[in-house]
Amino acid sequence: MTKIYLYTRYERFWHWIQALLIVLLLVTGLEVHGVYTLLGFKRAAAWHESLGVTWLVLFAFFVFWLFTTGQWKQYRPTTRKLFEVIRYYAVGIFRGEPHPVKKHPDAKHNPLQRLTYLGLAALLLPVQMISGLLYWTYNQWPAWGLGFLSLDAVAVVHMACAFSILIFFVVHVYMTTTGHTLTAHVAAMFSGWEEVEEGEVEDWERARKGA
Amino acid sequence: MGWIWRTALLLAAVLLAAPGVPGAAEEPPGGGKEAQGRVMARQATKEQQLWITADHTKHEALKKPFASGPEVTQACLSCHNQAALQFHRTIHWTWLDPSEPPERKVGKGGLTVNNFCVAVPSNEPRCTSCHAGYGWKDKNFDFNDPAKVDCLVCHETTGTYKKFPTMAGNVVTEPTVFPEDKVEYLPPDWNAVAQSVGRPARNNCGSCHFHGGGGDGVKHGDLDSSLTNPVKSLDVHMGTKESGGQDFDCARCHTTKLHNIAGRIYSTPAAKERKSLVQDDLTSKITCESCHTATPHKSAKMNDHTDKVACQSCHIPEYARVLPTKMYWDWSTAGKMKDGKPFKTKGPLGKPSYDSKKGDFVWDEKVVPEYYWFNGSITNTTAKDKIDPSRTVRLAWPVGERSDPNARIMPFKVHRGKTPYDPVNRNMLIPHLFGKDDAAYWKSYDWNAALKAGMDYVGLPYSGRYEFVETEYVYPITHMVAPKDKALACEQCHARVGRLAGLAGFYMPGRDGSRLLDWLGWGGAAAALIGVALHGLGRAFSRRKKEDNQ
Repeated sequence: MTKIYLYTRYERFWHWIQALLIVLLLVTGLEVHGVYTLLGFKRAAAWHESLGVTWLVLFAFFVFWLFTTGQWKQYRPTTRKLFEVIRYYAVGIFRGEPHPVKKHPDAKHNPLQRLTYLGLAALLLPVQMISGLLYWTYNQWPAWGLGFLSLDAVAVVHMACAFSILIFFVVHVYMTTTGHTLTAHVAAMFSGWEEVEEGEVEDWERARKGA
Repeated sequence: MGWIWRTALLLAAVLLAAPGVPGAAEEPPGGGKEAQGRVMARQATKEQQLWITADHTKHEALKKPFASGPEVTQACLSCHNQAALQFHRTIHWTWLDPSEPPERKVGKGGLTVNNFCVAVPSNEPRCTSCHAGYGWKDKNFDFNDPAKVDCLVCHETTGTYKKFPTMAGNVVTEPTVFPEDKVEYLPPDWNAVAQSVGRPARNNCGSCHFHGGGGDGVKHGDLDSSLTNPVKSLDVHMGTKESGGQDFDCARCHTTKLHNIAGRIYSTPAAKERKSLVQDDLTSKITCESCHTATPHKSAKMNDHTDKVACQSCHIPEYARVLPTKMYWDWSTAGKMKDGKPFKTKGPLGKPSYDSKKGDFVWDEKVVPEYYWFNGSITNTTAKDKIDPSRTVRLAWPVGERSDPNARIMPFKVHRGKTPYDPVNRNMLIPHLFGKDDAAYWKSYDWNAALKAGMDYVGLPYSGRYEFVETEYVYPITHMVAPKDKALACEQCHARVGRLAGLAGFYMPGRDGSRLLDWLGWGGAAAALIGVALHGLGRAFSRRKKEDNQ
């Protein structure tokens, strides 16, 4: 076992703020959807709007950071070792086998994580933000030449993304317990330091490659 | 602009890494600027001043002895020489919709039928006590006679001038008791009422409009004698100053040009343009937007509603908040006798529940309105129109649909009932109810004779057969505007089953959503939870096994 500094202060800040925003957006959004009554429709909707706009601003910072630091390369999708990772979570984890992909500051994510986070950051969250922004600006559509849109469709897309994020959230929280101890991954997300098994990272796994 | 405030707050909290975010998500502090229209209205009503340049007690023409209303009218017209000519062209005189072709005769003075006392023709003396004229007792009334205009009913300010209910708009010449309610009517002190004339006050308008249908609050539900001197909580504009209200009289909003009073006229919207005094300081004041503009709220999201939701929908949560109003009238049960005599039964709320002359009634108070798309027009059914008796006949119904840019969701009182129609000719029937002749229903209780007499009177065919059909008649709810803290909460409509549950064709957050998507979404979330739970159990189990093996 060895300790490595895996997550920078900005990444940790970004991660937890986003987590907080997503939880609050889910709580207020589901109330607006009529699932339960907590804050009352008016306050739920107002908070949902404000939280959404806040998230949008922070997401813009994240994207900026991602491209200026080159960290986007951590998210390059690959199928190499993908099935080994899947096999690990399906079988190996029960047998006490080691994780097939080692972590390294240049290779923070295994292939399954890369695909998941890329899908999240490049597809699901942008679609969610755009559909939310459209939903919010519903009254301006005709003035913006978007009169052809239907609120029905936008709402369905927004809701479908919300459910997807909820499902991701459930699985993601569970996956944090799959480190060598139950709290190892979570602790790393707070301190930045993660205790990982020693081992070499292959060249192709490194983000730095081709930089 | 509420979101900027909240967003700034959130960002500040986030950047300072503060754990929590302060509560209150309501409105920006300090508030925005007040609408110009409201400032102007407040200025205009700040002081009760003399609005006119004449003191009518000093006019010689009003000091001479009068024996009748028309003589007073002549005196008025000796100075106001255009008044009768103007008035003759207004709906208050013709009781006909000027925008409809004359041959359709739309209007209570024509062939329009309602589900209260049904129609005016052949019943004039009982109905036209609310006509601003003298002596409209049958179809021979001279609508061109200037002296027949009743100036006093709208303009006298003593409150003593009362037209007798069954005398075609005339007043009594000696003290007379009206047998139905035992109220005594006195001949007016002509000089006193004539010299008192001024701008119409709530009493003047209310003498008819509060009592439509022959009794207090019968017809409208949002217009009854509780508005004569209301508290602010009943009507934020008309409420007395002492109760914190604005003390508006009717004419404050129902502005008038040449005796044409702004307001609803059947198929024509009361106001075609939704302009505010900010945009055009000569605009008539009949819509809420005239004073409040289309963006009256501090919150932008709330203002986003005004293109599709009438102000009344949220700001008049209930009508008939003080006095009950009639909700249902079943004519088919009329005519029952007790010991060979007609009788009345008093029901809950102190209002009649049965009357041999009229049938069964249902009254209600604090009524939640029904909501429909409304572009300002209302369709009316006349006794000539073909109806479909297989379903409820909409004698008056709001026009508008979601796609209509001028239509908004508007609250309505819907008065329902059973009303006579001709099953052979398939049209509504006009009954001859009132009169001393044997054909009058209220004398002989013979529907066939009454309906024949009524239809003969208006020159329309009657097959000799009649039945009763369910009917609906709407009134837009637009008075009794509650103070803003009593306005509807969002979730009254934004809920799975809310006030707008019946309005289809548009997506409303909190109410609508794809049931399939909800099912898939919650199913997926549940599957994920079960999946990770099983995976976790598996891990715990395999770990223990391993530990046992070691």
